[in-house]
Amino acid sequence: MSTATEPGTQLRYIDALNEGMATAIEEDERVILIGIDVGAGGGIFRVTKGLHERFGSERVLDTPISEMGFAGAAVGAAMTGLRPIVEIMFMDFVGVCLDPILNQAAKLRYMTAGALEIPIVFRMQTGAGKSAGAQHSQSLEAWFAHVPGLKVVLPATVGDARDLLLASVRDPNPVVFVENRRLYSSKGEVEAEPLPLGKARVARPGDDVTVVTWGQMLRTCLAAAEESEASLEVIDLRSLRPLDMETVLASTRRTGRLLIVHEAVQDFGAGAEIAARAGEELFDELRTPVRRLGAPAVPMPFSPELERALLPTPKAVSTAAQTLKAEG
Amino acid sequence: MALIRAFETRVAELYRDGEIPGFVHTSLGQEGVAAGVGAALEEHDYVATTHRGHGHCLARGMEVDGMMAELFARGEGICHGKGGSMHIADPAKGVLGANAIVGASLPLAVGAAMSSKHLEQGRVAVAFFGEGAVNQGAFHEAANLAAIWSLPAILVCENNVYAEFSDSRLMAKVPSVAARAGSYGIEAALVDGNDAEAVLRLTADAAERCRAGRGPFLIEAETYRWHGHYEGDAQPYKPEDEAAAWRERDPLEVAAARLGERGEAGPEELERIRTEAMAAVDQAIERARELPAPDPEEAYADVYGD
Repeated sequence: MSTATEPGTQLRYIDALNEGMATAIEEDERVILIGIDVGAGGGIFRVTKGLHERFGSERVLDTPISEMGFAGAAVGAAMTGLRPIVEIMFMDFVGVCLDPILNQAAKLRYMTAGALEIPIVFRMQTGAGKSAGAQHSQSLEAWFAHVPGLKVVLPATVGDARDLLLASVRDPNPVVFVENRRLYSSKGEVEAEPLPLGKARVARPGDDVTVVTWGQMLRTCLAAAEESEASLEVIDLRSLRPLDMETVLASTRRTGRLLIVHEAVQDFGAGAEIAARAGEELFDELRTPVRRLGAPAVPMPFSPELERALLPTPKAVSTAAQTLKAEG
Repeated sequence: MALIRAFETRVAELYRDGEIPGFVHTSLGQEGVAAGVGAALEEHDYVATTHRGHGHCLARGMEVDGMMAELFARGEGICHGKGGSMHIADPAKGVLGANAIVGASLPLAVGAAMSSKHLEQGRVAVAFFGEGAVNQGAFHEAANLAAIWSLPAILVCENNVYAEFSDSRLMAKVPSVAARAGSYGIEAALVDGNDAEAVLRLTADAAERCRAGRGPFLIEAETYRWHGHYEGDAQPYKPEDEAAAWRERDPLEVAAARLGERGEAGPEELERIRTEAMAAVDQAIERARELPAPDPEEAYADVYGD
């Protein structure tokens, strides 16, 4: 990769995504990028900036505002030899193009007993905390994790933004790739030896409470670990499917306490699945009940003050962790 | 056409008798469209079809044995008993699958046409759909994409008058599908779907246009669904005289009369073709009956690829 950023160099999350896509398009002529305004305009958040100029309109395709059409066509293209990266501008917009993901991409390999392969990445940008309102802020990853046949990848770091995106494009399965917009301007380094897709990372070691999280909430949990009196072991899950319970269980066995933190609505969220599995596996080893911390079950409001009141903060995470420690 | 007729006739009986599980939608009466389109395509072309797709699969050369075993939900079925009637597929034959979501074949076929264009393969992609699907957003979005990107896609609408139970003429202010194609800048033509030769000629022209890079084409084939939306549908919504009139225009009889007039096949020859088709189907049924159910482990295979 002649264009690859050297390990140790600082770059922004958004540039890491861009580099991941550029590398994917460059290394495999079957890779195309398709979505609303991803081409000449460079994307509304500039994630795809420069790719159209570099690779041309055969590889980087601007589409009409027509998610059902282009997401469905991309699945058809994936069935017949291409490896599309589809950009869904806001995760909330999957409401108008769920069928190609839910009923086509996720199921065609299975229904044809493996005769069809669907190598496709649905990049979706999301994230509350920017006053984008109820239709531009939702974290819906649990929906997709609930559908067998899909992988669900949520990069929290600059390194993962690039390397998990590349791994997703190289994967023979449909991947829902969730980018949190509040991470776009965050800075960090790419890694010399990236962890594979499907493996969780211990982002910060600790002894008292295991805190499992993903996406934007990793920063919140790391900040909580800084200020908490309890020693937190923070695990960045990186993907919900595959779900690396091995890393979660190993850590929880040691600490005896588990807290799951996510930006998505807490009720029926992915945290419930992780909590249930930990309960099933570690009933006798847990010192306290497993706890979850997510957004309350209300739509995300517009007002910054109201929005702030709903999202888990470092303070809320550290309080929850300290309470767990105090419980037993 | 004889093979599709034999296959669908037997499938309807087997479903009635409880030998085939699930939902089954037969294409009896519509064989002319499948046969005409199928014969016009080249071996490497793509077809994406609907819940009423058996005929299209057979017309693309899918094996009767593997299809019947699949409908019987056997492990040796073409999809190992995991697809069934509504999802039957054989990518090796270019059949991207029947599809149980109304309208889904359109974006998928447009995507296959994208692949063909991008990889410079010269393949044409056909989307079969009913006139009921034309009121789905997927039709409009896929048609627009095929048009703006000038893709080698043939959109074949089998207008069989009924969208499930409802008269399609009451479901759109502009019931002409060909007319609606015009609003996307797609050229279209109306054809008698019960005249397989006419369908073949039109499809061959459309395929030639596609291969020459002149973009998509829409075919509205007028035909009629003899049976219900699904097997077991008593069809109280259909006027009797309408159904009877369409049966007079049986696509197999239309073809037989023409072959007879031209002296290309007499009644004996045609009877032999029909008998052989039925024998092939009956043999496939006997075979499928004897096959074991899938190994329970099969349920866990093919969810993800390595």
